Amino acid sequence: MERQQQIRAYILENFLLGQDGGFGDEESLLGAGIVDSTGVLEIVGFLEKTFSIELQDEDMVPENLDSIRNLASFVDRKLATQRMTQ
Amino acid sequence: MKTLVQDFLGNSTARWPEKPYLICDHEVRTFRQIEGDSNRLACELQRSGVIRGDRVAVFMENSAELVVSVFGILKAGAVFVVINPTTKSKKLAYILSDCGVRTLIAQSRLARVVEPALAEAPCVRTVLWTGCASSDAPPGRAFDEVLKQPHEPPADPGLIDQDLCTIIYTSGSTGNPKGVMLTHRNMTNTAWAISTYIGNVPDDVVVCVLPLSFGYGLYQVITGAQVGFTVLLEHSFAYPYKVLQDMAQHRVTGLPGVPTIFATLLQMAPFEGLDLSSLRYMTSAAASLPPAHIRRLQELFPQAKIFSMYGLTECTRACYLDPARLADKIASVGKAIPNEEVYIVDDQGRRVGPGVVGELVIRGANVMRGYWGKREETAKRLREGDIPGEKVLYSGDYFRMDEEGFLYFIGRKDDIFKCKGEKVCPKEIEHVLYELDAVAEAAVIGVDDPIDGSAIKAFVVLRDEAVLTEQDIRHHCRANLENYMLPKFVEFRDSLPKTESGKIKKTALVQ
Repeated sequence: MERQQQIRAYILENFLLGQDGGFGDEESLLGAGIVDSTGVLEIVGFLEKTFSIELQDEDMVPENLDSIRNLASFVDRKLATQRMTQ
Repeated sequence: MKTLVQDFLGNSTARWPEKPYLICDHEVRTFRQIEGDSNRLACELQRSGVIRGDRVAVFMENSAELVVSVFGILKAGAVFVVINPTTKSKKLAYILSDCGVRTLIAQSRLARVVEPALAEAPCVRTVLWTGCASSDAPPGRAFDEVLKQPHEPPADPGLIDQDLCTIIYTSGSTGNPKGVMLTHRNMTNTAWAISTYIGNVPDDVVVCVLPLSFGYGLYQVITGAQVGFTVLLEHSFAYPYKVLQDMAQHRVTGLPGVPTIFATLLQMAPFEGLDLSSLRYMTSAAASLPPAHIRRLQELFPQAKIFSMYGLTECTRACYLDPARLADKIASVGKAIPNEEVYIVDDQGRRVGPGVVGELVIRGANVMRGYWGKREETAKRLREGDIPGEKVLYSGDYFRMDEEGFLYFIGRKDDIFKCKGEKVCPKEIEHVLYELDAVAEAAVIGVDDPIDGSAIKAFVVLRDEAVLTEQDIRHHCRANLENYMLPKFVEFRDSLPKTESGKIKKTALVQ
């Protein structure tokens, strides 16, 4: 939950200009016109830096990245896999 | 012979009613379904008072609803205006007011952008919302409810092929976008010309990742209806791997892209575990595709033809290079499309021969009717041709032709450049930067970028004592500009180089 809030704070700060405006955790970032392809790359950069994970091409799908909730569960899964392989 | 754009859909429905026309979000829509739904929408628009020639705008991401809207609007006799879904409220209000939009069809997820715009655009009398039930629709009507109505054909609005079909907004060098007016005749001619030189067949499956607010994207859907092929409609290219997966799954045969898309694809190669062997052609437009990328694409997809093309919204497409000549003319954008003539003129409008650089002029049925409500700007671009009364299009781009008549793009007359295939007008971004009180001077240029083509760089000089961070500038830009216009680089300077007349000297910023 904490991670989800951290991601939410990043999205609000960088894409919604700090205005909450009732943006839902399940809402599509792309569908709401909040991010485009460059925005997706910015989010990827944020995830890699903040959570020390590395994203592969096949990770870059909307199921992983297109809402605050998807982002949070993706990071959870990714960190779990990293721990297992270490 | 009279053919309207909606006749393409009607004809394909009559021939292949159950054939998939659109695949979007893994949902298949047949020609018959889109024909039926667009009839329902047309009836609703007519009931609400829309008449021949009215403008109806569509503001949503790529979706089946967008395609239904395009055809529904045409069947009601109106003119469709597709607006990029990342447009912000202020510009949306400008477009809605500029061409006097009467009805707006918008995605409910974009309500936070639409509602402030409506307050400034009183011409909009009705709003239809997609993607919501009527109970939770913002004030207006739910699109889904309209599609539940019993099917009936709309009343014939009596259109002829000289009637306006669409208005496509494009960046203008003055900073305000201009609405390019295209008639049914323009669009049916161009769709035929494009599908003819590409050699589209009904068995094609063409993936469209380009926004339909962009002529190049829109034409995938129009030629799909004309030829009877299937369009795999993606929301965008933001998730390239997902697009590749979809392409493999649906055995895509055609990939229209811009150089940024191909550059991204090349970074992802080789596409392990993805069978893309069905791909038989790729088209590139909007900016020049570097020869090195063309060669890499040929190696990766030896079975696919590559079409290098050049066009502008004002005529959709001007020329294409025959893939058979790619080997010896790799830097050329080829010759005129079918049923069109192109030539190069000097500053006095006289035709010049091979090897001489001049402005490209386009003559044909694909040339626009003009810019909506902008007589002066129209007169600059549409000028008298050789035949009395005929208007030809001055492209604003410098070209040269070789001895065999192949065309080479040299550069633009103004300072507009292409970033990720989209036209970027520095003035439009500079205007937004100047809205910040702390900004004393601002200049925007394009800098070479391996992926974007030209990346946007903003130079900013602050007023004395003013405090403004790069983050503040980025926030302000994001709130006021479409995503593709956001500067990639921001540089603060103490002063900017000037010409003798005191204008900012952008050429000195390029280094």
